[in-house]
Amino acid sequence: MTSPVPAEHDLTATFGALADPTRRAILARLSRGDASVLEIAEPFDMSQPAISKHLKVLERAGLIERGRDAQRRPCRLEPGRLKQASDWLGTYRQFWEASYDRLDDYLQELQAKEKKSVRKKTRNHRGTR
Amino acid sequence: MSEKKLEIIAEPGKTSFSTRRVVDAPRSLVFECFTKCEHLKRWIGPRSLTMVSCETDLRVGGRYRQVFQTPNGEVAFSGEFREVTPPSRVVRTFIFEPMPDAEALETLELMEANGQTTITTTTVHKTVENRDGHVNSGVDKGMAEGYTRLDELLASLMQPR
Repeated sequence: MTSPVPAEHDLTATFGALADPTRRAILARLSRGDASVLEIAEPFDMSQPAISKHLKVLERAGLIERGRDAQRRPCRLEPGRLKQASDWLGTYRQFWEASYDRLDDYLQELQAKEKKSVRKKTRNHRGTR
Repeated sequence: MSEKKLEIIAEPGKTSFSTRRVVDAPRSLVFECFTKCEHLKRWIGPRSLTMVSCETDLRVGGRYRQVFQTPNGEVAFSGEFREVTPPSRVVRTFIFEPMPDAEALETLELMEANGQTTITTTTVHKTVENRDGHVNSGVDKGMAEGYTRLDELLASLMQPR
C-alpha cells in the first residue's frame, strides 16, 4: 500500500527493471564505467540480441543512457534515475516504517484489551456458576 | 537481520515492487487493522500526519478513500476493491488523487505462523501492466525465493565510481 508521496509514474518500471538478475549485473558492470554492448555481453552466457533486449528495458526504465555513436553506442548508468528511485524509496520507507511501528504498538494494545476482556468473561462465568 | 525490519524488495518476473514486514499478532486481527477505518486511523502514516476522513466499503467493487491533513493541505487516496478474501488477501486499485493518471494495483497478503503474521504488499503500476501485458503476473506466486533488497541494491549502484 502506497505512501502519500507522488509515486513517480515510472518508478515501478524502474523497480521492475531492477528485478532481473542479468539486468542488475549489467548495472553493476556499468557502475564501474561505460561499456559497449559487446563489452557488456562478454561475461554473460547469452547472445548479443538477448543482451540488447535487456539494455532496452533498462533504457526504457531510465536507468541507462545509450551513446549516439552508431557504431559503438556505449551504455552509461543514468545516476539521475537511480537517485530519484533511491529518494522515493527513502520517503516510502520512512512512511511505512513509522506506520508499522505504530501498528506494533496498536496491535499490542488491542491484544492486551482482548486478553483482559477474556479474563473478565472467564471470571464472570465462574462467578455465575 | 531483525525480523521487524521493513523489507522493500524486487522479485524476478514481476514488474512491481513488494514490501514485507512481520508483526506479533494473529492475521485475523491484522486483517481488521488493514481494512477497518476505526483501526486505520490509529496507525497509518507517521504520527505527524492525521487521517481526517476514512471511508471503506470492503467488498468487490466497493470503494475506499482516505484523507490526510498535511502541512500543505489535505491529501487524499482512493480506489476500488478488486478482491476481498478475509483474513488473507485484499486486491485494490490505488490512486493518489493529485495524480489521477498514475493508478496502481495493490495486493495485500497476510500469512500467519507461530502467532506472527507476515504482511506482504505488492504494487504494480497499471501503465506498466498494460504496456508489458503483465496483468496479474506473479501476483499469485506468493513468496519468491530470489528477491532483491531494492534499497541495498540502489545504495551499491550509487557508490561513487
